[in-house]
Amino acid sequence: MARSLTLRASVLSAAILATLLAAWHLATGGSGPVADMDPEYAKLMGQTAVQGTSAMPGPLEVGATLWRHLSDPFYIRGTNDMGIGIQLAHSVARVAAGYLLAVLVAIPAGFLIGMSPLMSRALDPFIQVMKPISPLAWMPLALYTIKDSGLSAIFVIFICSLWPMLINTAFGVASVRREWLNVARTLEVGPLRRAFAVILPAAAPTILTGMRISIGIAWLVIVAAEMLVGGTGIGYFVWNEWNNLSITNVIIAILVIGVVGMVLDQILARVARLVTFPE
Amino acid sequence: MTEKSFISIEAIARRYPAAGGGRTTIFEDLWLPIRRGEFVCMIGHSGCGKTTVLNILAGLEAPSEGVVIVDGTAIEGPSLDRAVIFQSHALLPWRSVLGNVAFAVKSRWPEKDRAWIEAQARRFIELVGLAGSECKRPAELSGGMKQRVGIARALSIEPKILLMDEPFSALDALTRGTLQDEARRICQEAGQTTFMITHDVDEAMYLADRIVLMTNGPGARVAEIVENPLPRERSRTDLHRHPSYYPLRNHLIDFLVTRSRTFRDAPPAGYDPRHPPLVRPGATPGLVAGAQPAPAPAGLARAQGA
Ligand SMILES: Nc1ncnc2c1ncn2[C@@H]1O[C@H](COP(=O)(O)OP(=O)(O)OP(=O)(O)O)[C@@H](O)[C@H]1O
Ligand SMILES: [Mg+2]
Repeated sequence: MARSLTLRASVLSAAILATLLAAWHLATGGSGPVADMDPEYAKLMGQTAVQGTSAMPGPLEVGATLWRHLSDPFYIRGTNDMGIGIQLAHSVARVAAGYLLAVLVAIPAGFLIGMSPLMSRALDPFIQVMKPISPLAWMPLALYTIKDSGLSAIFVIFICSLWPMLINTAFGVASVRREWLNVARTLEVGPLRRAFAVILPAAAPTILTGMRISIGIAWLVIVAAEMLVGGTGIGYFVWNEWNNLSITNVIIAILVIGVVGMVLDQILARVARLVTFPE
Repeated sequence: MTEKSFISIEAIARRYPAAGGGRTTIFEDLWLPIRRGEFVCMIGHSGCGKTTVLNILAGLEAPSEGVVIVDGTAIEGPSLDRAVIFQSHALLPWRSVLGNVAFAVKSRWPEKDRAWIEAQARRFIELVGLAGSECKRPAELSGGMKQRVGIARALSIEPKILLMDEPFSALDALTRGTLQDEARRICQEAGQTTFMITHDVDEAMYLADRIVLMTNGPGARVAEIVENPLPRERSRTDLHRHPSYYPLRNHLIDFLVTRSRTFRDAPPAGYDPRHPPLVRPGATPGLVAGAQPAPAPAGLARAQGA
């Protein structure tokens, strides 16, 4: 039954994909020369518009370009012409650096906040104010103080990944079941062993949920951050291709961003499944 | 009496701040001695503070007043000498059966090597009849099996005192019976000093050497201490044939139904919370070993007359 459901779902997915591709193909197919176009506007829109085919590339064109990108993802032909793989690697490296830094800060700090009602109360106003700030709002400040665009992007990733992890860790630690703590107390378990053998495993599913939210936000933010700081990365690639008016490449970048985001999310989902325990 | 008792609960009280200012007293002036190797059950209505008493014995909570003295020293916190079997089993769900028991063993003997700890844990898992399930997670166990793991975990640290908070109340009758048999066998073989809370009169009669009756709260007290007149070698199947069975059972049920309510407001003449009356239903009062000169017969007469 379950297998047949999976099968039917896959068939339906494939059908939806085919329909979308077909619609896309038909919509971008062109409508013949456009006669009554303002010459100034025609010049702006380029040859394709004047000739009546849409500036929007069709699926075949995108597919062909995608294939070209994938068959040579790591070339470097100058600062503005690098393979999509290289650009992605830059983005992933920045996300990884900022994210790992956030893990190193958020989990110990979350432990502290979760274990101490005093710290929790004292730090709560700061967290409440900092959390809703768009991470990109930090960018000018980061650029001014750090004076390095790459590091500033990493800082922005750090800031945006921090809050969900911090809040979830604190929540997970604070809501460890009282009876488990009482077991540790009656067994005279020391503070370190209690933290690592009782609280950490008990809070791990909640912490992982926070980490999963964080990686999602980090991947959302990196694209915007790289559009701002420029130089390298998939966000910069999108912006650069927009300036080149290469909609095909923009579409390809969008697809690739989606796929990488999904992969990152799935990796954390796997880890979360490892630490989840049935009750 | 205090001198020769192993555990001595002395004048403990528990008070909470009440809603409109002031304080509510859950129980107060509670005195109870427990001898070494004795199995004591505490019975009382819900909310009278039984769990609180057990938590104070465990060292998980501090009394608002009074002290508990164990083996000559006052309790100041939890100790490995006092193992607790929690009502909700409180197993760590991410650890296997063996992992749960080994966690306790390692806490007790941190210096021992892994093999020794595992062997000790396996020995107690076997004792409660769970050999073969060592690698299962708590989620894969039935309620009775989980409670067995809880028992194995508590016994594996070889505590001086075993504290049980309604350990079998969530189980079906059949499983409860089996576990009671096992608990009785294990405690008797080891001469284990045990304090157990229960709602179940039959459970108390089968397991306990003495049964402590608590009045209703707030302001609960120990109403009396009932010596179990049933022979120490008892079996579940012919317990009810013993001549003292029904007097004892009637006495306990009568207490729960009416006297737990009336006792607090109108204690019998001469009631001294420091020396609660010692009663032995179904036996002539003169035969009670070590009985206090207390108005036990009066209460008893009322119980049997009802
Ligand atoms: N934090 C608290 N604040 C105020 N009252 C409390 C608090 N904790 C417990 N109580 C009260 O203390 C009383 C005793 O609670 P306890 O859990 O010891 O009862 P119990 O005899 O074990 O009941 P049961 O048989 O239902 O388990 C209850 O009436 C409860 O309302
Ligand atoms: Mg209780």
